[in-house]
Amino acid sequence: MSPHGNPDVPASGASDVIRGARQVSAGPPTAEAAATEAQAASTTSADQANISTLSSEPVGHATENAAWGLWEVFVRSNRGLSHVHAGSLHAPDAAMALRNARDLYTRRNEGVSVWVVPAEAITSSDPGTKGAFFESPQGKDYRHATYYTKSEGVKHL
Amino acid sequence: MTSPDSITGHGNISTGVAGGDSNASATRITPGNALRPEDIALEVRTGLTKPTDDVAEYALRLGDDALILAQRLGHWISRAPELEEDVALGNIALDQLGHARSFLSYAGGAWGKSEDDLAYFRREHEFRSAHLFEQPNGDFAVTIARQFLVSYYQYELYRRLTESTDATLAAISAKAVKEVDYHRDHSAQWILRLGNGTDESRRRMIHGIRLMWPYVNEIFEDDELVLRLAQSGAAVAPSSLRDDFDALIGEVLAEAGLEVPEVPAAPGGGRRGQHSEHLGYILAEMQVLAREHPGASW
Repeated sequence: MSPHGNPDVPASGASDVIRGARQVSAGPPTAEAAATEAQAASTTSADQANISTLSSEPVGHATENAAWGLWEVFVRSNRGLSHVHAGSLHAPDAAMALRNARDLYTRRNEGVSVWVVPAEAITSSDPGTKGAFFESPQGKDYRHATYYTKSEGVKHL
Repeated sequence: MTSPDSITGHGNISTGVAGGDSNASATRITPGNALRPEDIALEVRTGLTKPTDDVAEYALRLGDDALILAQRLGHWISRAPELEEDVALGNIALDQLGHARSFLSYAGGAWGKSEDDLAYFRREHEFRSAHLFEQPNGDFAVTIARQFLVSYYQYELYRRLTESTDATLAAISAKAVKEVDYHRDHSAQWILRLGNGTDESRRRMIHGIRLMWPYVNEIFEDDELVLRLAQSGAAVAPSSLRDDFDALIGEVLAEAGLEVPEVPAAPGGGRRGQHSEHLGYILAEMQVLAREHPGASW
């Protein structure tokens, strides 16, 4: 959660692995993918356990106090641009998540609009099966405009 | 009461950072365009504007309120219940510090003093903050109770001061009122969650409001200075804010299932330099570095 290293690059804190998100393996299930998934699941619950022991001290007791959920934050820096993943945060509910996002991710005038999404509502591709999932477009130059030669007499290209 | 100078001297006081929006870009993040304490200090230093003695005394009160609260809130940094809340309280502290810097820079113009002279080299009896602002943080609910009362008061105050006949007070308030509006929202959200939360959170919230309520009276007291300034339109009489304040906090408290406690009012006296034992400790911590190393910079 340190998106502010370089103010010119607001989304540098975003990674392609969203902590807490469900990962759905792409392609045929393999023993390797299943193992990765199991491992990911166990790290997530370990993280949650850590959070609850750290966070519950000032209000109530750890036993009756569930840890705040994880939310993913998307910030739009200007009209006409898309919302970009900026990072994540913890909050007890959606209203507070939005306010925490404002406090954490728009302190340096980064945004004109903020979305927050419960991390568990995001389904992400599985980094373990990246190869098969993203192999197909490799080498298919004809899917890029630069593959084609410009026809004579065509304007405005 | 306001000299023509201080009205006309502000042709560009709100332009802030050079360029501002004219340099706005779809991909580059800029600091934005708003009134900064540095702009006020510059106007005062170059003689473009100078408050009357009355306005300076008044600005000193508002500046001291914000300064002492900022110092109190700053103590939460690294100690809040959650990292996210740590940053939220820190942001509010910095907003308050910004308001303090603006008011003190302006006030100092009447006496040839800088914001630092006023913040670091005045003694306890020379501070004009009300007692509510120096109350100890207590637990999180106590801090939220204090912040709730303060931000609803400040909002009503700054909202009206945007129409002050003193252009600098109006400009500072126009910037501050938007920030304080968010402070209201932040504290109200927590009042609702703690009031309607667990038995323990509710118990602490009731306790917090009970602790802070005796200090509410003082911030709405009128005295000769504010009545003089209210007559000239430079300030508003604090008593005139009370009805709106009571109505709005009443709504939030009702929604949180809480009540205005029936506790006697504390005597106050902060505006005359009479403070509780807390202020001395705050000042000792806040001023020690500047006094140990006068003129030091980093």
